[in-house]
Amino acid sequence: MLFLPELTLLGAGLTFFIFSLGKPNSGRIRNMALSVAAIIFLASMVSIGSEGTLFYNSYKIDLFSQLFKALIALATFIVLIFSGKLDGIKDNIQSEYYLFLFMSVFGLMMLVSSVELISIFVSLELSSFAVYLMVPMRKTGKRGGPQVEAGIKYLLYGVVATGLMLYGMSYMYGLTGSTHLDEITDKIARMYNQPAAVIAVLLVLTGFFYKLALVPLHFWVPDVYEGASNETTAFIATVPKLAAVALLIRIVTLVTPDGNVMTGALMVCAIASMFYGNLSALVQTDIKRLLGFSGISHAGFVLLGLLTFNLTGYATAIYYIAGYVFMNLACFLVICTVARDGENVLIEDLTGLHKRAPLLALTLTVGLFGLAGIPPLVGFAGKFMLLVAALKEGYLLLVTLAAINTAIAIYYYLSIVRVTFCTDDAKRTNVVTGRFHYILCFSLMLIIIIMGVIPQRFIDIAVTAVQTLV
Amino acid sequence: MDQLLLNSGFPILSALIFLPLIGAILLLFVKNDAICRNVALLVTAIVAILSIWLIFGFDKNSAQFQFGEHYSWIKTLNINYTIGIDGISILLILMTTFIMPFCVLASWSYIKTRIQSFMVCLLIMETAMIGVFVALDFVLFYVLWEAMLIPMYMLIAIWGGPRKIYASIKFFLYTLSGSILLLVGIIWLYTANNYSFYIPDMMWQDYSLTSQIYLFLAFFLAFAIKVPMFPFHTWLPAAHVEAPTAGSVILASILLKMGTYGFLRFALPITPEATVIMMPYVLWLSIAGIIYGGFTALAQSDMKKLIAYSSVGHMGFVTLGIFVLNINGIEGAILQMVNHGITTGALFLCVGMIYERTHSRELRSATGVGKYMPVYITFLAFFSLSSFGFPGTNSFVGEFMILAGAFQFDTALGKFPYLALAAIPGAVLAAAYMLRMLQKIIWGGTDNPDQSWITDINVREIVTLAPFLFFVFWIGLGPQPFIDLIHTSVIQLLNQFHAHQAEGMAAVSMLLN
Repeated sequence: MLFLPELTLLGAGLTFFIFSLGKPNSGRIRNMALSVAAIIFLASMVSIGSEGTLFYNSYKIDLFSQLFKALIALATFIVLIFSGKLDGIKDNIQSEYYLFLFMSVFGLMMLVSSVELISIFVSLELSSFAVYLMVPMRKTGKRGGPQVEAGIKYLLYGVVATGLMLYGMSYMYGLTGSTHLDEITDKIARMYNQPAAVIAVLLVLTGFFYKLALVPLHFWVPDVYEGASNETTAFIATVPKLAAVALLIRIVTLVTPDGNVMTGALMVCAIASMFYGNLSALVQTDIKRLLGFSGISHAGFVLLGLLTFNLTGYATAIYYIAGYVFMNLACFLVICTVARDGENVLIEDLTGLHKRAPLLALTLTVGLFGLAGIPPLVGFAGKFMLLVAALKEGYLLLVTLAAINTAIAIYYYLSIVRVTFCTDDAKRTNVVTGRFHYILCFSLMLIIIIMGVIPQRFIDIAVTAVQTLV
Repeated sequence: MDQLLLNSGFPILSALIFLPLIGAILLLFVKNDAICRNVALLVTAIVAILSIWLIFGFDKNSAQFQFGEHYSWIKTLNINYTIGIDGISILLILMTTFIMPFCVLASWSYIKTRIQSFMVCLLIMETAMIGVFVALDFVLFYVLWEAMLIPMYMLIAIWGGPRKIYASIKFFLYTLSGSILLLVGIIWLYTANNYSFYIPDMMWQDYSLTSQIYLFLAFFLAFAIKVPMFPFHTWLPAAHVEAPTAGSVILASILLKMGTYGFLRFALPITPEATVIMMPYVLWLSIAGIIYGGFTALAQSDMKKLIAYSSVGHMGFVTLGIFVLNINGIEGAILQMVNHGITTGALFLCVGMIYERTHSRELRSATGVGKYMPVYITFLAFFSLSSFGFPGTNSFVGEFMILAGAFQFDTALGKFPYLALAAIPGAVLAAAYMLRMLQKIIWGGTDNPDQSWITDINVREIVTLAPFLFFVFWIGLGPQPFIDLIHTSVIQLLNQFHAHQAEGMAAVSMLLN
């Protein structure tokens, strides 16, 4: 029961491994993948109340981890629904694609439960390596095929980040003589003023900065987002971020709040990410690239919650990243559906979308206004609560800069909305949407609105989850 | 929760807020254009009729917030759904509810495409606008204040004129970036006030002068852009010109009032000392707005632009009235907010009617229609007279009170009344540009285009304009009932203001001498 979602995933991986040996038809694989994803989601929902530890205390099952597992499973399920027939992936390797996808999810789920350095490392690598392989599996289209370049970039940067993280872990072990996070917490608190401890924690954070795409480990984002197929990008842009935030929270709780160096470092990263992401997004024409840069700035916002070093801040960060994932999913749903043959989507490709597919246009608008932080959507509630949490701790300058960033960001979100809603183009054909899309569009919009209008329930859940950490 | 009289009976304010929203949701499922129009009209009319209840239930002798409702919304942060009205907001709410049905009527034949979405936008706007005026929780206020931008953006960007993209984005960015620092201010107030967002709790506290100044600047940026005060007005002509008639009316009549309402509701009570210190600058910016708006309006050949710039001038009078900080000035300012809503709203409706016929906003193509549209120019003439404050019309009363307040402001300090004298050319300019427009539209010159094909306004259009005319004369000839509604609240505001900082006033007189 404790290990149920992970076991299901392992089963899924094996199934697709067996599929990949033969030549199955792609429709059957797709149905299979969808039902497996649904089962995984159910399994993670079922196991949401369970608690316990596994593998010599290196694997902890509590509300915190289970909540993240449920979110990961849900996000994966949604991505699989709208990826449809995997237009962007070569036909003959679709079962391999699913195999790696589920292995990556498996890694991420293990990651949120890991409370020991070696298991954290192993699960992080498991999830990363699978994605490194998913990126170049895209088929070469008319607009060129930068997928190999993207894959290499993703791999190289990833390996560097991992190296740095491993180095930090070795410091941690050297300082404390243990690889278990709870023992490290006890010991490192006493030597917190020593530079070695600060460097150790910062280096370990690096690995997750990379996953979350925070400055200075953001370089891979635009090229990988652009080079990977739409479905892969949708996955990379949402699911791993959840796990990254979970682990960032776990690592940050190691630190006592009176460490000024630590706060300073996180603050610089937060501000740099926001400004870099937003200013670069202003000039993008490829919508995936744009969302990549906007993701960098949102990661900066998440850091606001972390550097409060208190439970409310962490809970708000969870609420925010959950909301962010749903808003991003809404946008990627539209991108994947509008794309022809899995090609990239430029902003101008959305011309007249309100006529060609009214529901998609509305979903995209809700998602973008949500990302922009316009009330009453979840993006606003999340940003607002993060700002409140940060200002409560007295970071007035940080909050002001974050607020200014919200204003900058409006422009590029708005320019997409403008193209979808205010332009007409008779030449472009209608977009075909399936039955699943209808349900998914409405559900996503509903989630984005409800989470924004009545956030109390969600915050409560996040607070309870965070309380299990300490 | 003192200062809030909870409403025990029917939750009238919530009904006003949520009825349009429910209407909007219902409209989402209606495909037929005619039904859409009728449902929207019905909903706005019901809201207007319901709001009459407020007048009878409102206790004029109390400065408390009335019809209050209070529910917990986000417990973790102590955010509540708290609403209530006092003398400062009641007229603005009534104006909002009364103008909306006419916005629907004005769009009856003007809007030809995507009628369902248009009406949905209008109704959501109504929800947000009423909400802004009744919100007593700062987060609720801010949420509605920002939420308003989306439907307004859509109104301009989808149904607007040729440069709608430029105008709508400028409107959105300008307003949003203005209010973003307001958000920081709100959160700061929350931490300074024992983690409460309840607006009356934030008023009349002893914040340090430095923080008051920063707060005031945050307020000022947000509200001055919304008013808009010179030199933050540049979004207004663009947005006004490109918006469809109903959008222009909503912008001019209601949205602009939110800025001045914000000054009265937040800047004065929350940052009284900073207000006194910044007062001279705001006053002279108002004068600059009055003169600048007047001169620029004089030079316009586009009717909508002309009225848009005249709005800059008129709103200059309103901020002037607010910041002279005496009873005449503030009462005149509130009355003038309503007057401007009525008059300018009606003028935009008039321009919209010409536009529907000639498909041009140029004054040149509308010259000499007086002969063929006698009913129309009768309305137009009265509204123009009202716009430049002709005695007997509503604006005269408001401007008179504001100028009286401005005189009082200087004479109370024993000085020559520079301020009032500086504002008076604005009134003359208003007469000049309005009469110029009127002369051209009615008679024109020898080179009039052929207007013989033009038809006079129909019954629907007369019904749209007549109530505006009614209020022009009612407020113009018998303003007392309106002033009675606001009097107690304004007295209370000023009493508390002066009690709070007698020493602040002394500092200013030193500053000015």
